[in-house]
Amino acid sequence: MTGLRILVGVKRVIDSAVKVRVNSAQTGVETANVKHSMNPFDEIAVEEALRLREKHGQEAVPEIVALSCGPAKAQETLRTALAMGADRAIHVKTDDALEPLSVAKLFSKVVANEKPNLVILGKQAIDDDANQTGQMLAGLLGWPQATFASKVEVNDGKLQVVREVDGGLETVSAALPAVVTTDLRLNEPRYASLPNIMKAKKKPFQTVTPADLGVEIRARLQTIEVVEPPKRQGGRLVASVDELLDKLRNEAKVL
Amino acid sequence: MEFKEPEMQISAQAMAEAQLPLRYRDYCAHMLVPLNKCRHRTMYMPWKCEEERHAYEKCQYDDFMRRAKMLAQINEDKARQKQHSSAQRRGDIPSLHTLSDDEAMMRDVVARFARDVVQPKVSEMDENETMDPAVVRGLFEAGLMGIETPAELGGAEASFTSAILAVEELAKVDPSVSVMCDVHNTLVNTVFRTYASDALQKKYLPQLAEGKVGCFCLTEAAAGSDAFALQTRATRDGDHYVLSGSKMWITNSGEADIFLVFATVDPAKGYKGITCFAVERDMGVAIAKKEKKLGIRASSTCQLAFDDVRVPAENVVGEVGRGYKIAIEILNEGRIGIAAQMLGLAQGAFDNVLPYLFQRKQFGTLIGDFQGMQHQYAQIAVEIEAARLLTYNAARLKEEGKPFVKEAAMAKLYASQVAERASSRAVEWMGGLGFTRDLPLEKFYRDCKIGAIYEGTSNIQLQTIAKILSREYQE
Repeated sequence: MTGLRILVGVKRVIDSAVKVRVNSAQTGVETANVKHSMNPFDEIAVEEALRLREKHGQEAVPEIVALSCGPAKAQETLRTALAMGADRAIHVKTDDALEPLSVAKLFSKVVANEKPNLVILGKQAIDDDANQTGQMLAGLLGWPQATFASKVEVNDGKLQVVREVDGGLETVSAALPAVVTTDLRLNEPRYASLPNIMKAKKKPFQTVTPADLGVEIRARLQTIEVVEPPKRQGGRLVASVDELLDKLRNEAKVL
Repeated sequence: MEFKEPEMQISAQAMAEAQLPLRYRDYCAHMLVPLNKCRHRTMYMPWKCEEERHAYEKCQYDDFMRRAKMLAQINEDKARQKQHSSAQRRGDIPSLHTLSDDEAMMRDVVARFARDVVQPKVSEMDENETMDPAVVRGLFEAGLMGIETPAELGGAEASFTSAILAVEELAKVDPSVSVMCDVHNTLVNTVFRTYASDALQKKYLPQLAEGKVGCFCLTEAAAGSDAFALQTRATRDGDHYVLSGSKMWITNSGEADIFLVFATVDPAKGYKGITCFAVERDMGVAIAKKEKKLGIRASSTCQLAFDDVRVPAENVVGEVGRGYKIAIEILNEGRIGIAAQMLGLAQGAFDNVLPYLFQRKQFGTLIGDFQGMQHQYAQIAVEIEAARLLTYNAARLKEEGKPFVKEAAMAKLYASQVAERASSRAVEWMGGLGFTRDLPLEKFYRDCKIGAIYEGTSNIQLQTIAKILSREYQE
């Protein structure tokens, strides 16, 4: 296998442990003063790239590049990717709201510049759960895609991926270059060690804008309203079976 | 010459704008003219004749120059500090909660490590009174055992505050694991980094960063707070020293491979005979007894026996007879680590109990909504915040190279008191459940007590603070 150059997408999202709240304007969720982290599926993507390198060696995987699109703070997420072991980072800096198609377009332009032969993305981001970017990117590039990967193997320029599908596991193979999206059980991501956090500062970090890449960010969707799910009503105790039947018939009207 | 003090203040801005050195004549032109135009002229013109006026103005000029120079010095200091700090800071003077990007990322990583690796083992390690080797290995792999160690010696080369944050984050989950990390970093590594020869640093710092636990052996049966009454002897024999004696209450000694041992080369010299040695377990250090403790039970605390242990003379850390200085200085900064451990403990207990207050109902009301409870947990939250500020401030003072001994003692004293109150309240707030060993609250309550004892008892902290205060206020 010669020269597997991997591009990994990482997104900054609200930390999975945070209790998400709808903002007061009901236009989205509250993001101010809320802890953010790397999207967990993207951590798995970075980890998989690092494992491919550890398995095949530095020469076989000469470069792992992390890419993130978003506001200035996306830098933190890229630094985490660098601290985990990515070689360099590219930040497409924009304050515009990004939809999957915009992100896929930005990625396709970066792919054109960087010429990786494997792109690994999380299957979805835990904020909007769109699950579209990887598929759209493969479509834009005209590359094969292997989504929901639970096992990834690369041999002689061939990609073999085990996918988690509704009925069980499906094994697909494709020629490189290709797009892979990761599922939860692909691997367990490592922690960035302290020395690597410090070394990450010295790794190359490039910032570009959508305009530099010739992509116009345009929203195709309009959010009308965001509301919290209705509060769950507490249960009630009834004294007898007769009372239960009465309530089911006359109050809940399910019988 | 009697002058009334004129109500003229030279503003800081005027001083900053004035170019130094400022000639006396220019100064008069700029600063004194407005004075002459003053409405209550007679009130402000204290001189009786021209000579007096000149003398007065000269006084003012000298005063101006002195203050301007001071201001220039302050500005220069500020600029240097700004350059020195790697932190990306929004304002000139950030809050104590402001961390550099590395520090923030590191804190998150340690928090995750504590949650994923340490948390599942906490109660088992406490019951068995042993540290799980996997946890120790994890600490090394995560780079938490060489936090400030230079990168070329295998460390992370991070800030002192990073070490403090790591100790705090670990203590939120398990104060035993926290103290292992604390002693190893803030005492052992720091002694090597600060006092040891290059050769000793190159030999031991990489080992301490990669897999060998260190411990700090000062206390003896008859030398606790009065540490310099120690009796362990070091006798010169050719190119070796022979150590004989025993040590007590040595944290980490159960797992340690590298021991910093304080012994006296000549009891007649008093504290000036005390010398610090780097000793390897294989040189013959024996564990005489492992203590069974009230709290931090997973952390090993042992009695050590040194039965004619031969240590190469080049393993003297620093100079012969200067060990007392190493011990004093290192414990001064080590206290900030213990403050961080106690702070983490308090926060850990608090974080564990608070959600319960908003789940449990009594008399039809969430117990967290009773006013009596509200006042209690608000009070504890304030105390934890105060302990945090004391601790972080002491750490930043140390980083900036400013005097920090008083502040470190205050932080350690107060944080240990807060840890005791917070963990005690946490048990109460959870009622019977908090009293059981199914939940970590009772463990925090047991663990907190050591904070008032090791690395200087609470009374010793008060002594330290009082001694510095008396120096400050005594003529």
